[in-house]
Amino acid sequence: MKYQSVFDIIGPVMVGPSSSHTAGAVRIGLLARKLFGREPERVTIHFYGSFAKTYKGHATDVATLAGLMGLSTFDEGIPKAFDIANDKGIKYSFIEESAIPKHPNTIVIDMYAEDKFSNVKGISLGGGLVEICEVDGFALKLSGESPALLIFHIDTYGTIASVTTLLAEKKINISHMEVSRLEKGRLALMVIETDQSVPDDIFSAILAKPNIERVVRLNL
Amino acid sequence: MKFRNMQELVKLCEEKNISFSRAMLEYECETSGLSKEEIISRMADKLSVMKLSAERGLKGLVSHSGLTGGNAKLIHDYMQNGDCLTGGVFLDAISLAVAINENNASMGVICATPTAGSCGVVPGVLLALQKSLNKTDDDIIKALFAAGAVGYIIANNAVISGATGGCQAEIGSASAMAAAAAVELKGGSPASCANACAIALKNVLGLSCDPLAGLVEVPCIKRNAAGAANALCAAEMALAGVISYVPCDEVIDSMYRIGISMPLALRETALGGLASSKTGKKWKKKLWSSSSHNE
Repeated sequence: MKYQSVFDIIGPVMVGPSSSHTAGAVRIGLLARKLFGREPERVTIHFYGSFAKTYKGHATDVATLAGLMGLSTFDEGIPKAFDIANDKGIKYSFIEESAIPKHPNTIVIDMYAEDKFSNVKGISLGGGLVEICEVDGFALKLSGESPALLIFHIDTYGTIASVTTLLAEKKINISHMEVSRLEKGRLALMVIETDQSVPDDIFSAILAKPNIERVVRLNL
Repeated sequence: MKFRNMQELVKLCEEKNISFSRAMLEYECETSGLSKEEIISRMADKLSVMKLSAERGLKGLVSHSGLTGGNAKLIHDYMQNGDCLTGGVFLDAISLAVAINENNASMGVICATPTAGSCGVVPGVLLALQKSLNKTDDDIIKALFAAGAVGYIIANNAVISGATGGCQAEIGSASAMAAAAAVELKGGSPASCANACAIALKNVLGLSCDPLAGLVEVPCIKRNAAGAANALCAAEMALAGVISYVPCDEVIDSMYRIGISMPLALRETALGGLASSKTGKKWKKKLWSSSSHNE
């Protein structure tokens, strides 16, 4: 059964007008912010497919920016996202892309702060459900429905085992895991979705392991 | 307390002598692990959102795009005036359905039921009946579980999004949910609820999703009113004892087969039907241009 709960039908509570073009966009923005780990100083938002055409009428621009400002899908402040960003001095721009994406509702977000940069691609699947499908050039599949770790590491033997062993010792269960790399022996990304949130001490312990370059933690 | 289709739900209700709402509530308890009180309280929160949404919409709103607005207030004032064709629960239901969907178009907070585009139908019908039948909030919360049971069956056996199945999947599902919930609220049997659901859905089979400029506004807002009116029509027929010649599950399956065989131009792409009318093209041109950044 695709739908499990009565609240999948009577719900979600959200700011209109569209579950895919508004609520989904808020969620992609919010997940991008969580993956960035801080408030961005400047964002560039690229809209593809149906989003590139209808984003103004559906307020997909307002919604994505609201998510990037940390608002959730039912926050009454969503329509004021431009004002919030202006007050905080955050620069934002929107680009209508003409390239045809694999999924009709695709958003790519570039986030900048001091010397930090990150790039996240998300798709809106309908009914407010979304998927993050690319982070900093690495393909992945992240629903944002459960806690996750994104571990950028050197593509060498034993690195994955060292992380999973540590999680096992700390009794954190892995619900989904995938590994991708751009080039053999260079930087790789492992994405680990967990049933429990990952606390600070374990996060630091993973970061201290050999061959680990960077860890992004997504707690809900 | 598992049910996968309408036949199983009606059988289950008849065997245990319970209603659609009770079956849905018990199923939710089993699958979520939450207590009945917690689940009912979550549904009460949804009802509060629906009521606030209606209240906001009745004041008269303009949509985010600037395309639509103000019709709920117009209908409500007309109803209050008293000099109308029908009046009573009928006009109340359609004004509330429009109010809630206008609130959605103006970026207000809504409860998707089952989708944002069709969020006015179920609360429009149930809030109007709450007044006319003098029902408590607890009764309406129960009725929302009954509506949820129907939506759960349709969503799992067919589709509820316009992009996949056309408007019949969104407004059609919402209307079928509202019809069954209205029958239960009036004390009808589970079999009558299933008939109301089948009749309501049959009445809108083939309805395309072709809104102007792809926005959830024209004709979506007025279709919420039509969905509410159709639900009352189907519920009255079912309560009178009218039976659907085609069983409910077969109607749901027909909706699905029609939906997936609809051309893409009529499934939320803004390429056909009303969206490609002269007026549709004008609004597309107006709304699909210019940007809004600060640098």
